[in-house]
Amino acid sequence: MRIEIGDYGARARQVIREDPQVREAVTGATLAFDAKRRRSYDEIDSDAWRRWAEAVKSHALTHLDRYLAEAEARLIENGAVVHWAADAGEARQIVMELAAENGVRRVVKGKSMVTEEIDLNPALEGAGIEIFETDLGEYILQLLDEPPSHILGPAIHRTLEQVRELFAERLETPPDGNPDTLARAARKVLRDAFLSAEMGITGGNFLVAETGTVALIENEGNIRLTTSLPRIHVAIVGIEKLLPRMSDLAGFLQLTSRAATGQPIGCFVSLIQGPAARPGDDGPKEVHVVLVDNGRTDVLAHEHAWEALRCVRCGACLNVCPVYRQTGGHAYGWVYSGPIGSVLDPGLLGLREAMPLPFASSLCGACFDACPVRIPIPELLLEWRREAQEEGLTPWRERAALTTLAQMATRPGLYRLAGRIGSRLGGSALGRALPMLGDWARERALPKPSERSFRELWREGIE
Amino acid sequence: MKVTLFVTCLADHYFAQAAADSVRLLRRLGCEVHFPEAQSCCGQPAWNAGRNREARRMAEHTARVLADAEAVVVPSGSCAAMLKKSYPKLAVAGDGSLAELAAHTWELGEFIVHRLGVTELGNGLAGRRVAIHQGCHALRELRLETEPELLLRGAGAEIVPWEAQDECCGFGGLFAVKMGAVSAAMADRKLDTLPAVDWVVSGDGGCILQLDGRARMRRARIPFVHLATALWEGVSSLAASPEREN
Ligand code: SF4
Repeated sequence: MRIEIGDYGARARQVIREDPQVREAVTGATLAFDAKRRRSYDEIDSDAWRRWAEAVKSHALTHLDRYLAEAEARLIENGAVVHWAADAGEARQIVMELAAENGVRRVVKGKSMVTEEIDLNPALEGAGIEIFETDLGEYILQLLDEPPSHILGPAIHRTLEQVRELFAERLETPPDGNPDTLARAARKVLRDAFLSAEMGITGGNFLVAETGTVALIENEGNIRLTTSLPRIHVAIVGIEKLLPRMSDLAGFLQLTSRAATGQPIGCFVSLIQGPAARPGDDGPKEVHVVLVDNGRTDVLAHEHAWEALRCVRCGACLNVCPVYRQTGGHAYGWVYSGPIGSVLDPGLLGLREAMPLPFASSLCGACFDACPVRIPIPELLLEWRREAQEEGLTPWRERAALTTLAQMATRPGLYRLAGRIGSRLGGSALGRALPMLGDWARERALPKPSERSFRELWREGIE
Repeated sequence: MKVTLFVTCLADHYFAQAAADSVRLLRRLGCEVHFPEAQSCCGQPAWNAGRNREARRMAEHTARVLADAEAVVVPSGSCAAMLKKSYPKLAVAGDGSLAELAAHTWELGEFIVHRLGVTELGNGLAGRRVAIHQGCHALRELRLETEPELLLRGAGAEIVPWEAQDECCGFGGLFAVKMGAVSAAMADRKLDTLPAVDWVVSGDGGCILQLDGRARMRRARIPFVHLATALWEGVSSLAASPEREN
């Protein structure tokens, strides 16, 4: 996916002004997701679960070398082929070569953010391979030629109305088709694809080191088919997805489902344990696991940002985020959007490339309370802001204003004087110090200063 | 009990009456209120922008000015959170003054409920229908989830549930000017879900500036009231209120 983060502000404004349906659709859907998540958290001792999950993931990340080696050994024992990809280019290359060697013409795909991250689809299409996204939301987006707008509900920004129109035009469903009719139409196309595709490509929610198991959670059953019908299954998995033991997986499947959709567990859980053992057995003949770094070891080396690698991509932080709700994911300009995107993208892409995302937050803190692995997103945002300041990546006008504020605030005489002058002029000390009232006033009426400051009231005596 | 008011720069200049009402309220509850005049801004704008050097200067200034205080009371959840949660992170090694200040700083409602142990404030607000805007820092940094409601109810008000009660208003200091359109859309979500009430009460001036500014731009008049003013109005409207203890 092209990186277009730099225009976040302008794109956000454009979406809000020119495409109000997006805001409406995203707000409605995320509120519903979040309500389910809350209810589901209330059913368990979510605090204790989250602390446990945090501890397991932190342990795995701080012993990644050991668990990666263990996972590789078990995968090979299971009969899977393990590939290592240092970056997006290598990951694409690996899949392209596998496709070429096996004469693959058709690929079915399960929803996977990492394949978006490494730009896999354009590469495969460039080689003349036909791709079918089999997650319903992803399928809709494929027809629309749009990137996903949410980790979990990729088409969250689209209304039922819009999908109706799209399907009526492309799949010849009735113009008033209900969601069932629409899903049936998509299923018909996808069934054929499942039966004829030579390769199935998925991501992986977890990779268990102890057993070499790739675990996938879903609700539609399309991943089950993607991983079992085609002759070759390729799982593309970020190296941060490791869990030490099978018993950890039991907890993570449940907690992730609760955080994501409020379900006790997803409708389908696939545990991929290697290819079909004997000819005639069900399952793919070949299983390939591509372990992708693509910036993750840099993030791991970062003093603070490494905590973001605990992310299980549940989307809970997006669902609860009042900033994300106004625009959906496209405004953020890359694969990972919302709160987690704003702390992960600077790590994966470099801070300069990810500006101004660390500033795309009011620091309300709701994301931390929702996150099943307790990533301190607000603190990480502040950390990236500090680095941005140190590297001079913020506008000089802001920097100057804050220096002025600090100078005034530490000189009581000056502060009082500025306050008095400011109030007379109808502004305020703060307003004068931050020469940004114009920006404020574009969206809001100007604040009215008190006629007399508290300081003056105090001197006169408060009755 | 001796308390020191840290008024905050915003209340000083935009919510002077609410700040004065904080003083009145605290006095009525038996406190002796002090106000060291050399105080200024707590430094949160710099902290949130990632400019720790400037934030630290302001924090150290504030700690000096408030050095003798026994209990510091702040009529703003956001600035109280800055003093209580962020100051300790700004301290240079060996300087305990910021952590010490943090340990005896209170948000106004928190102070009344947990330090003074008061939640019964008479029935002066009887018949008043009130919605509460929970400021994010009071709610999620200080975990003051029920205190405003306890106090307003304790003063006789009827609390009207608000779907977006605990959602961010979109202020976030610099965020409101840097990401103006998103910030305004966030305020719109709050305003669009607001039930019919007599007052919308918040313990944070910043949130009120944001919501009121957006409401006025939309040509809506919404009666925003600072928590201190709401409580004072309840307490002071009681005719010949009996002497309170504390
Ligand atoms: S940061 Fe936390 S809440 Fe957000 S997607 Fe990742 S795991 Fe889920």
